[in-house]
Amino acid sequence: MPPEQVKGEPAIAVAALRRDYGDRPALDGVAFEVHRGDTLVVLGPNGSGKTTLLRILATLLRPSGGSVRVLGCALPDEAWKLHGRIGYLGHEPLLYRDLTGRENLRFQARLHGVERASADARIEELLRAVGMERRADERVAELSAGMRQRLSICRCVLHEPELLLLDEPDSNLDAEARELAQELVGPAPGRTRVVVTHDPERHLPEADQVLRLGIDETAVVS
Amino acid sequence: MTPSRTAFAAILAKDLRSELRTLQSLPAMALFAITTFVIFRFGLDRTSLSGSLAAGVLWATLLFAAVLGVNRLFVAEREEGGFDAIRLAPIDRSVLFGAKVAALLVYLVALELVAVPIFAIFFLDDAAGLAPLVAILLLTNLGLATTGTLISSMAVNSRARDLLVPLVLLPLAVPLMIAATGATEHLLALGGPSYDRFGTWLAVLGLYDLIFGLVGYAVFDFLLED
Repeated sequence: MPPEQVKGEPAIAVAALRRDYGDRPALDGVAFEVHRGDTLVVLGPNGSGKTTLLRILATLLRPSGGSVRVLGCALPDEAWKLHGRIGYLGHEPLLYRDLTGRENLRFQARLHGVERASADARIEELLRAVGMERRADERVAELSAGMRQRLSICRCVLHEPELLLLDEPDSNLDAEARELAQELVGPAPGRTRVVVTHDPERHLPEADQVLRLGIDETAVVS
Repeated sequence: MTPSRTAFAAILAKDLRSELRTLQSLPAMALFAITTFVIFRFGLDRTSLSGSLAAGVLWATLLFAAVLGVNRLFVAEREEGGFDAIRLAPIDRSVLFGAKVAALLVYLVALELVAVPIFAIFFLDDAAGLAPLVAILLLTNLGLATTGTLISSMAVNSRARDLLVPLVLLPLAVPLMIAATGATEHLLALGGPSYDRFGTWLAVLGLYDLIFGLVGYAVFDFLLED
């Protein structure tokens, strides 16, 4: 356990969270806690602030108000302590179109300080896990949306993060790929996850908690 | 934290590999410079230039060609999510600034390897001033690269990026151009190069590089915030 996190402290603790875009509040009064190894599923209609919430937890957006602690670090002041400890899977694959899948993963591995030899082994392992080993040397621009999502899942877990923040992890994936991806980003002992989804039937059985965000409504945790 | 040297090398290698593969910036910069020299050649109706006119033609052309590269410097980061990927990684964000400055520096050197010999063929009777010109080119490139990277990172999130870069960069580059042309005009003087105030101009260029390098290092972290 990292020194910042007190024993027993939740992996994520959010209280009275507010985020405004100009005059419009995207999130207001959101509060919840997620314990280590648990899965929080976030539901809500379009525009209810699900992606905004995930980007705040990932340190990519600053909260406008309230308190947010992730892995023992207060945001936004201690955001730098979280870099490299979070796996973020957003709407964008965060892959460079003119590089191949393998080059993208090597680049990410170097940014995260993974040694070259162990990075290559880890990349091969991940590519096999998502069934991309034969297409990994093609440029990302030439791959289908589903294949980019598979690569993006590899990128998300490449550095073995402590917390997974997953925004529609199944988007563009076929049934086979969904099953393959489960091994990497699905529920597992000790794996802390926040999953934003429009597919409650699929993800609710995995949930330890559910956060329902509504437009102009207070968030409800169940 | 990932060692800065590792992250710097990774980002620089990624940028150069992308450019070599797509050739989105360099050919445009080189073609622009060559076309501009042709226009000057016929527009001025001169087969030979020297002194301040030669320096002006050379630096105006290189500056406007550089703007093309500056415009595209952060496009991949913006459009393909590279900013988010880098912000999530355990690296000092100023490493991104350093790597982008280095990438732009490489583009400018490559541009000049093409443009300066063509300039000499078109306009110079005597190529003796070209060897010491290298020092001016390197210092001016460094200034353009630091200022250009700073402006490009600010403009990339704007839809008016193509307009903003020249509008902000060109005024900031005025002191750099004054020093660069001041140093160059004596090297390209009629009758051979002279080194009048050469050291002073080099010092001015170095000071400009230092100031904008420090400003970029200090503020770049804030520019990446949402």
